[in-house]
Amino acid sequence: MWRDAALVAGKDLRIEARSRVATNQVAPFALMVLVLFAFALDPDRGVLRRAAPGLFWVAVLFSALLAIQRSFALESADGARDGLRLSGLDPAGIFLGKLGAVAAEVLALQVVLAAGVAVMFEARLHGIVLLATTCLVATAGLAAAGTIYGALAAGLRVRETLLPLLLLPVVAPVLLGATRAWEAALGLGIDDGWRWVQLLAVFAVLYLTFGVLAFGPLLEES
Amino acid sequence: MSYVLAGYGITLGVLAAYAGRLLVRGRALARSVPPATREDGPR
Amino acid sequence: MTTTTGATRATGPLAQASPTDGDGRPPTGTWSAGSLVLGSFAAVSLLTVVSLGLALPPTVEQHDFARLIAVHPPLAWAAYLSYGVTALASALYLVPRTRSRAWDRLAGASAEVGVVFTGLTLVTGSIWGRPTWGVWWTWDARLTLTALMFFLYLGYLALRRVPGDLHVRSKRAAIAALLAVVVVPVDHFAVEWWRTLHQGRSLAELTPSRNLDGDYITVMLLGFLAMTVVYAWLVLQRYRIERLVEEVGDEGLERAIAERRREAVGAEAR
Repeated sequence: MWRDAALVAGKDLRIEARSRVATNQVAPFALMVLVLFAFALDPDRGVLRRAAPGLFWVAVLFSALLAIQRSFALESADGARDGLRLSGLDPAGIFLGKLGAVAAEVLALQVVLAAGVAVMFEARLHGIVLLATTCLVATAGLAAAGTIYGALAAGLRVRETLLPLLLLPVVAPVLLGATRAWEAALGLGIDDGWRWVQLLAVFAVLYLTFGVLAFGPLLEES
Repeated sequence: MSYVLAGYGITLGVLAAYAGRLLVRGRALARSVPPATREDGPR
Repeated sequence: MTTTTGATRATGPLAQASPTDGDGRPPTGTWSAGSLVLGSFAAVSLLTVVSLGLALPPTVEQHDFARLIAVHPPLAWAAYLSYGVTALASALYLVPRTRSRAWDRLAGASAEVGVVFTGLTLVTGSIWGRPTWGVWWTWDARLTLTALMFFLYLGYLALRRVPGDLHVRSKRAAIAALLAVVVVPVDHFAVEWWRTLHQGRSLAELTPSRNLDGDYITVMLLGFLAMTVVYAWLVLQRYRIERLVEEVGDEGLERAIAERRREAVGAEAR
C-alpha cells in the first residue's frame, strides 16, 4: 500500500513540477486573497493583525480547494481514471498517494501564506511549534477529506461548483480548530491551542481511516 | 407573543407548502407515466 | 388513480437497471388510502400540538415564547431522524446483498425532508433566540453545527441531482450521506462537549431554560410524536415521487430508443 502511495504521490508531484500550476496559479491566487482581505478590512486599526489567523486559514482553505480540484482534474483527461483503476494499484495506496501530493502542495502554500500574513498583516509569528503542528495536522485532515470528496465529485461535469459545496461544510471544523490554535499561538485567544490540535487530529484520523477503507469502492465505478 | 405566532405560522406554513408541492408534483408525474407502463398488474 | 396496462416494458439492460422495488406494486401516482389516513393524522396531530402550545399558561421567566417548545425541539428531532434514516438507507444500499433501488430512493427522500426540517429548526430557533437572548443569531456550538448540518445535506442533495449513471450517483451519494451523518450526534451533544473546551464562556445562559412545567414538557413530547408522523407522511410522498421520477426517466429513454428504431426503419424503407 505504501509503495503504491509513493508511486501515485510521486506521479502527481512530478506532474505538478512540470506544469507548475501550484506555483504559477494557486500561490498567486492565495496571496491575492490575502490582499483582498486587506482591502476589505481596515489595515490601520489592527483588525488585520487580530484576524490574521482566521484570514490565513480561509486563504488556505480556498487554495486547498484548487489543489484538490487539480488533483482530480489530472485524471479526467484521456481515460486516465480508468488507467488508474486498471493499474492494479491498491486503492488505499492511491488514496494516500493523492492525499500526500495534495498535502505537500498545501503545506508549501501555507509557508508562502504564512510569510504573506507576517508581512502584509504585520502578524508576529511566535509559538512556532504550535503553529507548525497545527499546519501539519490540519493539512492532513484537509487533504484526507478533500481527496474523499474530490473522488465523490470527480468525473462529473459540475465538479467545479459541486466540490466546494460538498467540501466546505465538511472542513469547517478544521477552519475553526486551526484558527483557534493559531490564535492561541499568537497570543490572541484565551483557549488552549493544543486542545484544538487534538480536535484536528481526531478529524484527520477519522477521514484518513475512512479514506483508506472506502476508497476502493469509490474508485470502482466510472 | 407575536414571536410564538410567527414561529408556529412559519412552521405550519412551510410544512403545508412543502406537502402541497409534493402532492402536486406526484400528480403531475403520475400522469406522465400511464402510456407505456408495466405489462401486468402487481409483480 | 391506477395505471392502465399497455405496451410491454423493454427487457434487457433497462430491466436490469431497476432491481426489485421492494413493494412490488405498480405505481398508482402518489395517492393511496393508507397515505391519506397517515396524512390526515399527521395534520391533525400537528394542529393539536400547536393549539396546546397556544393554550399553555405562560412561564414566569420566559414569558410567552417558551411556547415555541411545541415546534422547535420537535423539528430538530425530525431533522435528526431524517438524517439517521438517510444514513441507514445509504448503508443498506451500499451493501451489495441488501442493495435495492428502494433504499436509495428512501435515502434521497429522507434527506430532502430533513433539509426542510433543519431549515425550520434554524428559523424557529432564531425566532426563539431573539426575545430570549436579544439576537437573531449567535455562533455558539449548537447553532453553528446545525447550520453546518444544513449545508452538508444541501450538498448531498446537489450530489444526487448530478446527471449520469443512476447507480454511480446513488453510490456516491450514499457515501456522502454516511460521512455527513456524523454531524448529527456531534450537534446533539455539542452543548455538553463544548462546555469543556470553552471554559471561558458560560453556555448555560444561552440554552433555553429546561426548568419548565410538566405541561411544557408534555407538549414538547407530543410535539415529537406529531412531527414524527409528519415526517413519515412527507417521506412516503417524497419516496413515491422518486420512484415515479425513475419510472418516467426509464420510460423517456425507452420511447427515445423506440423512436430512433422507427426512424432507422423508415430511413431504410425509403
